[in-house]
Amino acid sequence: MTRHTLSVLVEDKPGVLTRVASLFARRAFNINSLAVGPTEVPGMSRMTVVVDADGELIEQVTKQLNKLVNVIKIVELTSESSVQRDHILVKVRADAATRLQVTQAADLFRASVVDVSTESVVIEATGHPEKLTALLSVLEPFGIREIVQSGTLAVGRGSRSMSDRALRSA
Amino acid sequence: MSKGSPISPSLMATKSTGAHKAPERVERPADAGVDTAAVSPVLGPNNVVPPTVMTGSQAIVRSLEELGVQDIFGLPGGAILPTYDPLMASKMNHVLVRHEQGAGHAAQGYAMVTGRVGVCIATSGPGATNLVTAIMDAHMDSVPIVAITGQVSSGVIGTDAFQEADIVGITMPITKHSFLVTDPNDIPHVMAEAFHLASTGRPGPVLVDVAKDAQQGQMTFSWPPKIDLPGYRPVLRGHSKQVREAARLISAASKPVLYVGGGVVKAHASAELRELAELTGAPVVTTLMARGVFPDSHPQHVGMPGMHGTVSAVTALQQSDLLITLGARFDDRVTGILKSFAPNAKVIHADIDPAEISKNRTADVPIVGSVKEIIPELSEALRVQFEAFGTPDLTNWWAFLNNLKETYPLGWTEPEDGLSAPQRVIERIGALTGPEGVYVAGVGQHQMWASQFIKYERPHAWLNSGGAGTMGYAVPAAMGAKVGDPDRVVWAIDGDGCFQMTNQELATCAINKIPIKVAIINNSSLGMVRQWQTLFYEGRYSNTDLNTGHDTVRIPDFVKLADAYGCAAFRCERDEDIDATIQKALEINDRPVVIDFVVSPNSMVWPMVPSGVSNDQIQVARNMTPDWEEED
Repeated sequence: MTRHTLSVLVEDKPGVLTRVASLFARRAFNINSLAVGPTEVPGMSRMTVVVDADGELIEQVTKQLNKLVNVIKIVELTSESSVQRDHILVKVRADAATRLQVTQAADLFRASVVDVSTESVVIEATGHPEKLTALLSVLEPFGIREIVQSGTLAVGRGSRSMSDRALRSA
Repeated sequence: MSKGSPISPSLMATKSTGAHKAPERVERPADAGVDTAAVSPVLGPNNVVPPTVMTGSQAIVRSLEELGVQDIFGLPGGAILPTYDPLMASKMNHVLVRHEQGAGHAAQGYAMVTGRVGVCIATSGPGATNLVTAIMDAHMDSVPIVAITGQVSSGVIGTDAFQEADIVGITMPITKHSFLVTDPNDIPHVMAEAFHLASTGRPGPVLVDVAKDAQQGQMTFSWPPKIDLPGYRPVLRGHSKQVREAARLISAASKPVLYVGGGVVKAHASAELRELAELTGAPVVTTLMARGVFPDSHPQHVGMPGMHGTVSAVTALQQSDLLITLGARFDDRVTGILKSFAPNAKVIHADIDPAEISKNRTADVPIVGSVKEIIPELSEALRVQFEAFGTPDLTNWWAFLNNLKETYPLGWTEPEDGLSAPQRVIERIGALTGPEGVYVAGVGQHQMWASQFIKYERPHAWLNSGGAGTMGYAVPAAMGAKVGDPDRVVWAIDGDGCFQMTNQELATCAINKIPIKVAIINNSSLGMVRQWQTLFYEGRYSNTDLNTGHDTVRIPDFVKLADAYGCAAFRCERDEDIDATIQKALEINDRPVVIDFVVSPNSMVWPMVPSGVSNDQIQVARNMTPDWEEED
């Protein structure tokens, strides 16, 4: 199965997240990650849904999503034509002896330390999912206490805007 | 059939019964349908109503009136009480049902015969959940209904208040769309949007859940409202390049089949279909949802496909080299094991729902759009194609299929227990009532026999629960059909099991003068389940005996039950009484009629493709497959 990133422009109406999530559940589609937030257009939200599916299944996912009345537009973003980022917060064990090593590792990944205590630090990092996996494997030996990770966010490269085009055709 | 056909006895038998308070009723030709090219997406005459202050509940009733609604099926309760008050003063006809499921199926039956949106109303909590089966049924069979439910006041939503149920959440997977209204000012546009969604594109059920305080609150009503559905743009016109490609495939095919589904009924495209069929000369199969959209009597009709289809229809699909699929969805009951279905066929698939195309069977030529527009365009493209390259020669194909039609016609074996054959009863009902009648079936053996042994000549004459398979559909759906088309004879062909699920609506029919006719095909058992037990469980009849038939305690006694409901009631136990009993029923038009046809429990539905095998394994009788030696 291949990984697909769908950018879904939706009306910001109550229950729209439930509609999308329950559609995936009842059609037995697997969501790898999902992120939702407002857009530059009032009343419109954008979801980034990452799914693992083969060609025919992804077509069916897209068609079923399109049937939801609150879904305005769906675009599949390929890794070449888009910027894709995950956001992660990691709490790592770090005392006086190891703190320097931990913060140096974070620096290498252009991650930042956003909280420090005598026993631990919290590191914030943004990047492509593969970069974050690499960061985690470097931090792992120090002892990872907690991981909080966002769904993938993705935007197409270039000047075109998905919501502009959606509004014009609507 | 809508023009110039002789008036059958069924049309003359009844006059309008006064079931309607509204005297003015717009006459519509049988298959004219809804004007899909309407300028405004708001249904109804689009009267201009200047801003008027009223309550939310008055706005609900006024919106329904402005949308052109004439009949409503419902049952009041606490959370919908405010709306029932202005409803009393409305000229709309509200039919008080005895169970909300009955309101839902009645709305379906109404929509199926009229092509207009069926409306049902229920209160919150259990009232709303009682609608769930009918909503799911409408979703599976793409029936345009709007369900209006009361909800507890917005302030207590989420507190497990009395009769609170999250009906929007519960019905989310089985509605086309749903709304929760907590601000009375939203009512007009939500109602207009609900009717627009239910009736356009692929039709389906829409739920409008209105909080009690939104019904009681003040709002400013004006009409028509603005419909704001930026994510809803159904495609109606087929892509012309695809249509031309389809025409090219048809002109190159030597074994084409028109695989016609319920979408052609919903699109009111039976005339267009007939033109296309006669132009191509190809055989036509009509699915369970499409029976009647192409006349059974037409020489190009080869029957119903699927698990209980005719040998000629099933084989036509299996051996075809091109399926011209119109408004059908490759349901598993049609395809059998999907991998082995029509293995040598290319597929043209025209459907208004893009998600149906290539969902089960990959289409070689997908055409998204309404078959009402696609079929004439395809006919036009074919004329051009045929003119240039000639009309394909289907002589061999027809020789093969006609041989199958003659060798394996539908029929039945007489039961050995001396009881009547259920197939005969149903065949006689169809023959004596004629093609202008409306036939509504429950689910099971009697449903299959009614699809096989009644001759359908026009669309909207055959109603059943196809996708959902809802036992109990027949009586309330027949009631809705009779309200929608009161001049027709409406038969509920029901089973003894099905009938016991929803027969309370006979009270509704009797009191509201909705004179439906109910034929209980009483084999004293859950017949289809029993048939499977006979065939696949060594005759171990686990929990299928209902004790309603011959030589049993007869609980309930259907004649006494029908009598208690104020219906005319007959029992028919012998072959020689069948015709006379049906005639008596056809003559009674001032109240519902119920006939307890006592039939053999041993009759089985044939042909049958057993579950889990290829359609090539179709059996015409137990362990008897057709002789394929004669294949070319």
